[in-house]
Amino acid sequence: MELTPTARPFRPRARRWLRRAGFWLSVVVIVSPAILVFLWMLSLSLKNEIDNIAYPPVFIPDPPTFANFVQVFEQNNIGRYFWNSIVVSGGATLIALLVGIPAGFGIARTGAKRLTVLILIARMTPALSYLIPLYAVFQFLHLNNTLTALVVTHLVITVPIVVYIMAGHFETLPKELEEAALIDGGSVWTTFRYIALPLARPGIVVGAILAFIFSWNNFIFGAVLSNRETRTLPVAVYNVLTFEQLAWGPLAAAAIIVTLPVLFLTIFIQKEIVAGMTQGSVKGG
Amino acid sequence: MSTAAVARVRTGFLVRRRRRYTLFIVPALVVVGAVIVFPWLFTLWMSAFDWKIGTVAHFVGFENYTKLVTNQRFIESVVHTFYFTLLAVVAPLILGTIAALIFHREFPFRGVLRGVFVMPMMATPVAVALVWTMMFHPQQGVLNYLLSLVGLPPSLWVYSPQLAIPSLVLVEVWHWTPLVMLIVLGGLAVLPVEPYESARLDGASEWQLFRYITLPLVAPFLVVAAVIRTIDALKTFDTIYVITGGGPGTASETINLYLYLQAFAFYNIGNASAVVVVFFVIVLALALVLLHVREKTRWS
Repeated sequence: MELTPTARPFRPRARRWLRRAGFWLSVVVIVSPAILVFLWMLSLSLKNEIDNIAYPPVFIPDPPTFANFVQVFEQNNIGRYFWNSIVVSGGATLIALLVGIPAGFGIARTGAKRLTVLILIARMTPALSYLIPLYAVFQFLHLNNTLTALVVTHLVITVPIVVYIMAGHFETLPKELEEAALIDGGSVWTTFRYIALPLARPGIVVGAILAFIFSWNNFIFGAVLSNRETRTLPVAVYNVLTFEQLAWGPLAAAAIIVTLPVLFLTIFIQKEIVAGMTQGSVKGG
Repeated sequence: MSTAAVARVRTGFLVRRRRRYTLFIVPALVVVGAVIVFPWLFTLWMSAFDWKIGTVAHFVGFENYTKLVTNQRFIESVVHTFYFTLLAVVAPLILGTIAALIFHREFPFRGVLRGVFVMPMMATPVAVALVWTMMFHPQQGVLNYLLSLVGLPPSLWVYSPQLAIPSLVLVEVWHWTPLVMLIVLGGLAVLPVEPYESARLDGASEWQLFRYITLPLVAPFLVVAAVIRTIDALKTFDTIYVITGGGPGTASETINLYLYLQAFAFYNIGNASAVVVVFFVIVLALALVLLHVREKTRWS
């Protein structure tokens, strides 16, 4: 009984300390797989081939080498495939913005909500149900293996996401300004062009970035519709580096080159990712 | 002008304007019609034909569908798909909820750590799949080394017919748990405080607070996460194609993999189209659940 007065102030403190340690342990456990896979990717890309297949594995590159990055650019033409990806994803995103921004505006102002259901169904359709018919059509038009065919196919990804994001965004804009402009004799087009469009800039940025990322990450469309010259980056990384040579260093370097632009773009849209990932997008597969 | 006159002018004005707004949607409708709706109809139409690219198509009615019922390889791919989907939904759901509960608390560096945790979700699936392929390597892979560190025997991972699907699920869990976390975190952010206060006054334990207050309140978000995860898991292609290609043998061949082979290795367009339609019906069944749930929860 005499111990209680001294034990009492000690016990809660110890318990609090234990609890805090437990909490931080769980933070480490839940976050480390995410970071470790990326670090391992980086480690593989900065080591020579002997260290990469050593057992037990070498974790820290010593000394780090950029030879793998040099190799993928010089021998594997990664620069060209990078450019193909920019053209395909950039082109598909631009066209999507061109038709998707006005569509989002129209849907928001007419309340044509049924059209967003169409987008949801598109989200659920397997990618191959687009790929097979478009492949047949491009075969007929002699467009297979061209970047044009890839840009058109990537519209399947970019248009729904831009329309979805823009419709949501225009809905949140105050309508009073537009009403006032219309009463002053402005046309629907001029209110769109000079009032709604400038206000919608943040939404456009989010829509464009999400569309670009989803298009960039897509593999299956490029895998079917492109050849050696017109491959997009993910397809090139898979084909060139796994079939024609099995070296881990260059493979990891190429994987980093594909992923880095996407991770960089993600920084700008942290908060909007959920809406984009859950509803608007037709993801690969 | 009287108020009635103003109202009349306004309605005429609104009707005319509505029509002009519709014009804004037309270009997008044309594009969506060409690249989304046309392929749907084309697929449906082609599923009634026996057609290989380069040959003449023959109308066969429902034959492509009736053949699927007795196609052992297709049936197996359906089983693999459901097995893969079940694991790839349940595991991220549990882990994502735990992660959301952690990130819901205030702690130093929360923003940065959350950003790191979310990174896998945005990474290019093919790049991620290639890195995991190297990690799964039975001799030189880092995963077997990690197993040896904690005294476990090495595993064959994706090279074993029994472990191929669970190993692929591991990649899927790594890739998509962040999405579940973000959805649930969104749910936790809008929880009311009152039920917790009164429950605490009544002496409820932390576990009771979670089980009887938090869980029921975030349930609608969990359902949304579950349905989205189900749709994505059913449709998984890149990871499986790159890591196992459906193997070893056909041990990890899902509907999507089977479909890809039918269409672009054998060019059996008619048969593949029928598989697409069946596959779509499976996904649509779950899509209806999603729409239903969305209406019920008013979550967007």
